[in-house]
Amino acid sequence: MLRLYGKIFKTGSLTERVSPLPKTISDTVMKDEAVKQAGHRLKTIVDKRFRGSLAIREVDAGSCNACELEIHALNNVYYNIERFGVHFVASPRHADILMVTGPVSRHMEAALRRTYDATPAPKWVIAVGDCGACGGEFGVSYASCGAVANVIPVDLAIPGCPPAPLALIQGLLSLCGRL
Amino acid sequence: MRDNGDETTTIRTFHPESVDHLAPFDRLCLRLGSEEIQARSIKPSSLPPARLIEIEAADWGKAASIAQAEGWRWAGVFAEDRGADLTVNACLERQGVYLMFRAYLAPEKANLPSQAPYYWAADRSERHIQDLFGIRFEDHPDPRRWIRHQAWGEHSHPLRKDFRADGQAIEETPPDHDYPFLKAHGASVYEIPVGPVHAGIIEPGHFRFQAVGETVLHLEERLGYVHKGIEKIAEGRDPLGLARLAGRVSGDTTVGHAWAACMAMERAGGIEIPLRTAYLRGLLAERERVINHLWDLGSLCNDVGFAFGYYQFGRLREQWLRENQAEFGHRLLMDRIVPGGVTIDVPPEAAERMRHSVAILRRELDELLTILDANSSLEDRFLGAGCLSPELASALGALGFVGRASGQSFDARRDAPYSPYDRLQVRVPVESQGDVASRFWTRYKELRISLRLIREMLDGMPEGELSVPWYTPAEGAEGLAAVEGWRGEILCFVRFRADNKICRYWPRDPSVINWPALEKLMIGNIVPDFPVCNKSVNGSYSGHDL
Repeated sequence: MLRLYGKIFKTGSLTERVSPLPKTISDTVMKDEAVKQAGHRLKTIVDKRFRGSLAIREVDAGSCNACELEIHALNNVYYNIERFGVHFVASPRHADILMVTGPVSRHMEAALRRTYDATPAPKWVIAVGDCGACGGEFGVSYASCGAVANVIPVDLAIPGCPPAPLALIQGLLSLCGRL
Repeated sequence: MRDNGDETTTIRTFHPESVDHLAPFDRLCLRLGSEEIQARSIKPSSLPPARLIEIEAADWGKAASIAQAEGWRWAGVFAEDRGADLTVNACLERQGVYLMFRAYLAPEKANLPSQAPYYWAADRSERHIQDLFGIRFEDHPDPRRWIRHQAWGEHSHPLRKDFRADGQAIEETPPDHDYPFLKAHGASVYEIPVGPVHAGIIEPGHFRFQAVGETVLHLEERLGYVHKGIEKIAEGRDPLGLARLAGRVSGDTTVGHAWAACMAMERAGGIEIPLRTAYLRGLLAERERVINHLWDLGSLCNDVGFAFGYYQFGRLREQWLRENQAEFGHRLLMDRIVPGGVTIDVPPEAAERMRHSVAILRRELDELLTILDANSSLEDRFLGAGCLSPELASALGALGFVGRASGQSFDARRDAPYSPYDRLQVRVPVESQGDVASRFWTRYKELRISLRLIREMLDGMPEGELSVPWYTPAEGAEGLAAVEGWRGEILCFVRFRADNKICRYWPRDPSVINWPALEKLMIGNIVPDFPVCNKSVNGSYSGHDL
């Protein structure tokens, strides 16, 4: 047990601390710095618009699982998105935002519609990844409806194959920023 | 049966006492002949190094029963619409030798005996073919639909060539509400339906539990929710386009599937890749294994509420993902393997940086695993949970860490080695306990072995080209590849059309074989242990559903 605590203390906190937003953001900021900046702005908005807590329900509507891996990474110690007040919830009934990865397979079409209907208004939908945004490598076929917007209304698309965690944070920021 | 002139051998007599010294393939050929099965071995095989035996459709089931008795592992089945006829191909393996059984069917009378009575693993794969080609498997123990939900009708067959890839326009696909699940009756028996949308950030699938109290009596999987027509939309792509698609069969195995597809295409075209390219592909594949195993070790800890492990392994994984981005330009290594080569290189400075991170990871793992080993609460949840007996694992032909934790040692890198593994020594850890703890420790050992392989590949990487020019393969050229992905053996079959375009693509993710194991190992466990049992197998939904 002592070893366990020792390891925790030795590892320390790797999460980049939220620092006050400087007046200008250089284009050449380090990636960690970028997480910090985007995160701080995100927190400001979440605090103001969502009373400090933004709930996201993630729905895999047919993705290859790569987008899920990067969405998961938002919870690792480096990005630790919960500290900005953003957390992933188990039920669409608790969610403000649906984060949907695609392409929407025809076999998931009904489940996605039902998940959307189960989410209380006001609600927003983010289509994650190239497939969610436009159908990507899979497009529309006998088995695929393509982009998420072909099935439910989408407020923002975050392209990328898959989008990196930082792109996901920036996407959330740009959606929240215009609410 | 087709006439192959002088290049075929009709298989004849079998004397059990005189065949002990023979190689398994020759034994099987003799045995097939002696049982009066209409079979002919095609020489030379059009799928080297795999062997090819054409079987009369009526003998399809019987041939499987003989192969099973001879100890061949069943590895997969796929069909192909060749216009004049439909072919069905079953892939088997024994002692590192791959063998393809092939039967020809008339498109209007497409039925043949099932192999599922002899090989458990054939069950769902044959139903996949039934739903997509309209081929009927006689004597199949479970002829319910499998991959088909409600997106196309029972009498439409999407993988026949006359079916248009864009299908028919339907306003809205109805939910699949009337699938006939197995029911359990009796006092106190209740049913728990789970999915397709699960509580976590996870792929969709449906699980139907029959339980008494907390104890699981029966678990039935229902997959196919992420079927997105990969086999169909592959047709007509060029080699580069197929490599891109293959890299998205299962996002966590992008290197494995892209390598398998490229290897199959290169074999079809008779293209040899430079040794340096093979080393670089091996390096990417081992990095993928390391990253996924780290993620699984962490997630297994998380599923029993041990947050320390989750965050520590997650931290190490993120460091390696960032290194992927820095050295290779993509966190998950997508599209780094292309037909005929790779798009990346490892200059000496980069090799030095990677050696350094291998050394750091080794130190971290030493420290972490000592802590985990001493943690009795972790042991309490892992030990004895989700047991898969070596007998069941062998009957299924379980692959990767699922098989290895239950006594199955097959590893394509060691047993059917391809470049660069034919020059390296691959150790394969095997356990026999078959529980969650076994699968945890098997992953850990594989991770250590991968780190050693990475070191060896960095040290021994030869000079050379990164790719070779691509030549258009002959019309009808076919290739079969087996690559050891991080989940286990990945198979891939490719056939070309005349114009450098793909005629047929069949990827077989190890999850296709391993998924049924989860149903069996859950029996008698408690419902709250399902997440950790599921994670310990960690089947890919996308790789299964295609």
